[in-house]
Amino acid sequence: MFAEYTASELTSIFAMQGFAGLILFSVFVLMALGLAIIFGQMGVINMAHGEFMILGAYVTYLVSHLFADYMPESLYNSYFLIAMVLAFFVAGALGAFVEWAMIRHLYKRPLDTLLATWGLSLIMQQTYRTVFGAREVGVVLPDWLMGSVQLTDMIEIPINGIFVMILTVVITIGVAIMMQRSRLGKQTRAVVQNRPMAAAVGINTEKVDRLTFALGCGIAGIAGSAFTMIGSTGPTSGQLYIVDTFLVVVFGGAASLLGTVASAFTISQAQSTMEFFLSGSMAKVLTLLTVVGILMLRPEGLFTLKIRR
Amino acid sequence: MLQISDYSVAYGQSTIIGDMNLTLNPNEIIAVLGRNGMGKTTLMKSLIGMIPSQGGSVTLKNKELTPLKSFERVAAGVGFVPQGRMIFSTMTVKENIETGLTSTGKKVIPSDLYELFPVLDEMKDRRGGNLSGGQQQQLAIARALASEPSVLLLDEPTEGIQPSIIKEMARTLKKIRDKRGLSIMVSEQVLSFALDVADRILVIEKGKIVLDVPVAEADQETISKYLSV
Ligand SMILES: Nc1ncnc2c1ncn2[C@@H]1O[C@H](COP(=O)(O)OP(=O)(O)OP(=O)(O)O)[C@@H](O)[C@H]1O
Ligand SMILES: [Mg+2]
Repeated sequence: MFAEYTASELTSIFAMQGFAGLILFSVFVLMALGLAIIFGQMGVINMAHGEFMILGAYVTYLVSHLFADYMPESLYNSYFLIAMVLAFFVAGALGAFVEWAMIRHLYKRPLDTLLATWGLSLIMQQTYRTVFGAREVGVVLPDWLMGSVQLTDMIEIPINGIFVMILTVVITIGVAIMMQRSRLGKQTRAVVQNRPMAAAVGINTEKVDRLTFALGCGIAGIAGSAFTMIGSTGPTSGQLYIVDTFLVVVFGGAASLLGTVASAFTISQAQSTMEFFLSGSMAKVLTLLTVVGILMLRPEGLFTLKIRR
Repeated sequence: MLQISDYSVAYGQSTIIGDMNLTLNPNEIIAVLGRNGMGKTTLMKSLIGMIPSQGGSVTLKNKELTPLKSFERVAAGVGFVPQGRMIFSTMTVKENIETGLTSTGKKVIPSDLYELFPVLDEMKDRRGGNLSGGQQQQLAIARALASEPSVLLLDEPTEGIQPSIIKEMARTLKKIRDKRGLSIMVSEQVLSFALDVADRILVIEKGKIVLDVPVAEADQETISKYLSV
């Protein structure tokens, strides 16, 4: 399949597809981060995670409009930062509410939580359709995110992509530090290891559950903010990413942040590069087969802690 | 201090602890002896709220514990060292102790904890799962002490630990009691350790207290009979 391209063409194809893959990687990482935190903490697979992401995207869309309509034009450039923070808190608050109203009653019933969060995803989609309409909406990028960097005459890299990537790196590192150092992080890890024992040393496990769920959803909200930079937002846009994100989490091993990042990288790069040469669905099939193959060899995912249990 | 009255615990239909009455006085160490399966762990776990009780009451300094959740009992002053230690194996020694600080709101581990267990200071940054059994036991005790309990519950702390270290543990427990002025309830199968550490010896048989004597009056022969099959 490479025969009809020259060597230099191939280089630039790989470079540009590779870069497109990096943007996909960013969305995957942010989505998977939240999903993995929630799954690791309480064994809940949040089928509505994509909708939480889209909530963040809609928040960003709203904020950009508020800025465009009511703020002086000079401020428009900074709308994104505010939107991002707001997206985190709105998605997080909804997450905390959902945990309180629904999830906590369904712990230890994995099938029920799967169904319940799936139902929730449908409700959220319908709400978006009612509120924002079925048509996709987009934001107008501020000037500083427009344009691209010309690397060679055949390779150019969009600035918004670079921005989203940097953002992802910063957030991932932030979450990693939080899980390692902060009190909530330590409590979360204790609960993950042994829930009854964590309670018996004085940890309020229900509070930790709620905060973790909120955090996971909040990160999805940020992912949604980033998502507006690279795609348009519709009621069902979240659905496109949820399956891939599951793949990333399972492949990486839910317990390991590094694993999540590595697996998001592998999967996004594989898909993006193959998509250029094969059809999109063929690329998906190949990725899926590879992942299944590797999981047969390493059932716990790519990365596991070496420790006596 | 800790007052257990008409207390019962059951798994479904099978009652394991039936109408138990037991008092733990301030500054006292009691040892609850009993063979395998006599309900020691069940009693301990229910006191910390890991398994629900069926009836009766448990009060600590006149505060009723039975309606409280585990973390609330810890805040009320109960510390728990479970059988099998159950430390958080992927977390470091330091982090393990820090989990115990939760109910106190403190951020820094008090230095006297490391003075009690110098090994833990040396191994601060090792993962808990990579410590030896004896070191893990010390870690589990330090973690429980971090929450500044007024009653410390230890479930078979000598299990799988060599005799010389068992002796040292008895000394450490007494030291903790003297330094911190707390009360300790320890469940045991090793009679020598119980005689060494406790002020009062109790024997539990099928969920009932069948013997309760001060250690000075404890007759080894009688107690051994309870412990042999
Ligand atoms: N989860 C459970 N469900 C039903 N029965 C249980 C459960 N856990 C323990 N039991 C039963 O309760 C009884 C008391 O068990 P427990 O663990 O309290 O004994 P123990 O005195 O701590 O024994 P050991 O010295 O072996 O630790 C046993 O007969 C046991 O089979
Ligand atoms: Mg036991």
